[in-house]
Amino acid sequence: MAKKKIVLHFPEESIEKPLTYHLVKDYDLIPNILRAQIDENEGMLVMDLEGAPDQIQKGIAFLKEQNVGIQEAIKDIIVDRERCVDCGSCTGVCRPGALTMGSDWKLAFDQEKCVFCQLCINACPVRAIKVQF
Amino acid sequence: MAVKKTYEEINEKIRRGEAVVVTAEEIIDIVKDEGVAKAARKVDVITTGTFGPMCSTGAFINFGHSDPPIRMAKVWLNDVPAYAGVAAVDAYIGATELSEVLGMAYGGAHVIEDLIAGKKVKLVAKSYGTDCYPRKEIETYINKDVINEAYLFNPRNAYQNYAVAVNSSARILYTYMGTLLPRLGNATYCSASQLSPLINDPFYRTIGIGTRVFLAGTQGYVAWQGTQFNPQQARGENGVPLSPAGTLALIGNLKQMNTDFIRAATFHNYGTTMFVGVGVPIPVLDEDIVEKASISDKDIYTTIVDYSVPQRSKPNFGRVSYAELRSGKIEINGKQVRTAPISSYTRARKIAETLKTWVKEGKFFVQQPVETFKLGQSVKPLEIVTEEEI
Repeated sequence: MAKKKIVLHFPEESIEKPLTYHLVKDYDLIPNILRAQIDENEGMLVMDLEGAPDQIQKGIAFLKEQNVGIQEAIKDIIVDRERCVDCGSCTGVCRPGALTMGSDWKLAFDQEKCVFCQLCINACPVRAIKVQF
Repeated sequence: MAVKKTYEEINEKIRRGEAVVVTAEEIIDIVKDEGVAKAARKVDVITTGTFGPMCSTGAFINFGHSDPPIRMAKVWLNDVPAYAGVAAVDAYIGATELSEVLGMAYGGAHVIEDLIAGKKVKLVAKSYGTDCYPRKEIETYINKDVINEAYLFNPRNAYQNYAVAVNSSARILYTYMGTLLPRLGNATYCSASQLSPLINDPFYRTIGIGTRVFLAGTQGYVAWQGTQFNPQQARGENGVPLSPAGTLALIGNLKQMNTDFIRAATFHNYGTTMFVGVGVPIPVLDEDIVEKASISDKDIYTTIVDYSVPQRSKPNFGRVSYAELRSGKIEINGKQVRTAPISSYTRARKIAETLKTWVKEGKFFVQQPVETFKLGQSVKPLEIVTEEEI
């Protein structure tokens, strides 16, 4: 079993398709939706996909066929250590606990836990956190 | 015999390189292991430190005179207005002043950081022109090496304790205490607590006007009590205030500062402010000094304040210790609330350590205040009245 975190951007025509159903049914994947933002124009989902590695790849290929933009989420949030002063402000808005204060009171970032809510970007007073698209 | 040391004796030891200097963190265990009396005999200086956002920060700049000269009436530095209602080429740039072009993304704090970093800054000045100062406009570039003088003068720094901020409303709040999530989604706090200067000298015995301090990487001084100085704030049995109390007005040479210890900041939807690094050495004059400075986070309490109430006097959710706050979670109304610091504890440590090294190496001496702060004063609010009511 493998696990992969991805961000899905889907266009208007795909919003009403039961895409996660197909991931479960056709590829035997366990999608865990971490964050979702859907309105009448577009949709965005952050999800963990768990399953056999080849099935994950096939599932992602299926999504791409449906015109869903796939962002391999890893490496997207960048903390500029030169700029960061380890104040801890960002940890206050990080609900999944990806940004935490270590025992040495230095900022620690666990990308695995990040759900890309991006609240940390504005919460950082010294603008040390950036999204890399 | 009770321990008594004078400033002169301590400075003599510093001069000879024999002073025993420890940080306000290290003194905790020394007192725990050896007791107050022995610690007071052994230790000569205890260093403190804090690195938090302090809005009441700014710099006086004297630009030097141009030819022909100008009496600057309006001044902008990188499009951020500076106050020029003083003499010809003097101006004051405040940390929270916003850029007229970039708004909250860039403010006076950023101008100050850029100057300290040695970057060039655009200076625009306008005037009405006088017989003695005929020039009406200036547009030029400056950096810290070419300007005549520049010093920080911060009306209010190093708050003695601060509130914990929470938000009981249903919407997200953007404050100077950071982003406060709705329905008590988080709690933010802002103090170096057991390392904080005024918490370690709660009755201002050694910190007063003239005290030599670490300010943003260089030597500075306490110029005055800070604004909103409130020594009558409720205190715990150990003397430490339970809410914001004492403050310091600080002064120091901008040209000698270091951006590791001072940093511009923007609090989203609030505005700009400045992280300022402050450290104060506390001379061990007697046992009382050591006892007070040996306080640790479990004995320092602060008040949880609801920032969703937009009034001067906000409701509170009781008190909590810094040991609890630093554990990452506190309980409010039966709910576990995640806590986050706003001031940097690692930088506070670095400041206390740096100051310790300076004192040990004979580069930094303790200075007896020329005057101590009065304990009887309190803070006055501003009432909105008619001309007849005043």
